[in-house]
Amino acid sequence: MRILAYGVAGWLILAGAYGMVRSRNLVHVTVCLSVAQSGTYVLLLAIGYQWGAPAPVFSPGSPIKLPVVDSVVQSLAFTDIVVSATVTALLLALAIQIHKTHRTLDPDELQSLKG
Amino acid sequence: MSRRARQAVFGTGAAVLAVLFALAAAGLPPFGGDQHPYRDRAVAAALHQATANVVASLTFDLRGLDTLGEEMILLGSVVGAVALLRPRPDEKPHADDKTSRPQQDAVALISYVFLPLTLLLGFDLLVHGHLTPGGGFQGGVVLATGLHLLYLSGGYDALRRLRPLAWYEWVEGLTTAAFALAGTANLVNFLPHGRVQQLFSAGTVPILNILVGFAVGAGAVVLLAQFLTQAITLEGEG
Amino acid sequence: MNAALIAVSLLLVAAAGTAVVATNDPGRQAVSLSALGVALALLFFVLQAPDVALSQIAVGTALVPLMVLLAVRKTGK
Repeated sequence: MRILAYGVAGWLILAGAYGMVRSRNLVHVTVCLSVAQSGTYVLLLAIGYQWGAPAPVFSPGSPIKLPVVDSVVQSLAFTDIVVSATVTALLLALAIQIHKTHRTLDPDELQSLKG
Repeated sequence: MSRRARQAVFGTGAAVLAVLFALAAAGLPPFGGDQHPYRDRAVAAALHQATANVVASLTFDLRGLDTLGEEMILLGSVVGAVALLRPRPDEKPHADDKTSRPQQDAVALISYVFLPLTLLLGFDLLVHGHLTPGGGFQGGVVLATGLHLLYLSGGYDALRRLRPLAWYEWVEGLTTAAFALAGTANLVNFLPHGRVQQLFSAGTVPILNILVGFAVGAGAVVLLAQFLTQAITLEGEG
Repeated sequence: MNAALIAVSLLLVAAAGTAVVATNDPGRQAVSLSALGVALALLFFVLQAPDVALSQIAVGTALVPLMVLLAVRKTGK
């Protein structure tokens, strides 16, 4: 299970990075970046899991039972998701702007435009 | 660099990274183990502050400064996207408004039913963020995306009429400022904590939750509005 | 039981992530990215992280794919 959990996290990061390298569209690059970033959520939560422990939320009406799974990494993963969304938004806005100026989103064509 | 060369460089780097990652993962604590020293301290602190949702306590109390930074990142990205996506002089709104076509009845009906439900769910997530899973960020995003059900039910015109964008810009700015003020003026959770699992508990956490919720919701609405304007109403060179 | 659930959702996430990267058309990617968001949210629920799962559903399956779709619509013309 350890190999599987950490392996999936590493796989997502590398697969996302590979997608960015072979991409022909800047929107595609942005989406692949968010796939790579989702590997970090899996890694964080995999580190924090504890077999049999409940979620770190003591909802009203239920007794307070310890231990719970690691809440620190959950808070970090949570911040990670929000930041990922804002980065994606900004990159997509940049892609739209680049398309307006250069009429293309292909990184190779954009490189040859620079001259 | 040619595509082939780029892929070769990537392959080398990825192989090295994979080996290093495997070595690092081998040194990590085993999956599902019971050694979580930070967890133990965080849960104790959350219960001391009478916050039932330990993650909310971490996000808005122990890691409050981090969350302030996160808010600033959000504000920065909204401002950046608005600046980047300003319509250029050569871009004019469509003369023929093909976006106000009548929607299919079933879609419109379902959207009208789900719109209040979604908004209610968003507010519920906001207000009970310190008690149950949820909180400002989730609630805010649900509110913002729920509002866009209007687009499905009434078309883009209905959305535009019921969404005075300037208000959302003000809400975004004011709530972010209020959050920053609350964060810097009082670096500790200064309100009475109350009893854990009660609605009025956890001190400042629910207040910060609600402020963040409005900031995030307004920010997401402003952000989506820029993309919608670009994709739907503008024509011109783009 | 728990272990099987976690293993299945991990594999699901890996498969969905691979599918997103393997999709070449960004417009279709918005859909597969949404599917990855659902798979991730499922994994987070199984890993006892409901807060993270909720934000993943709100952000990863609704907000981000919507922005991608709008960007594609703008740049695809």
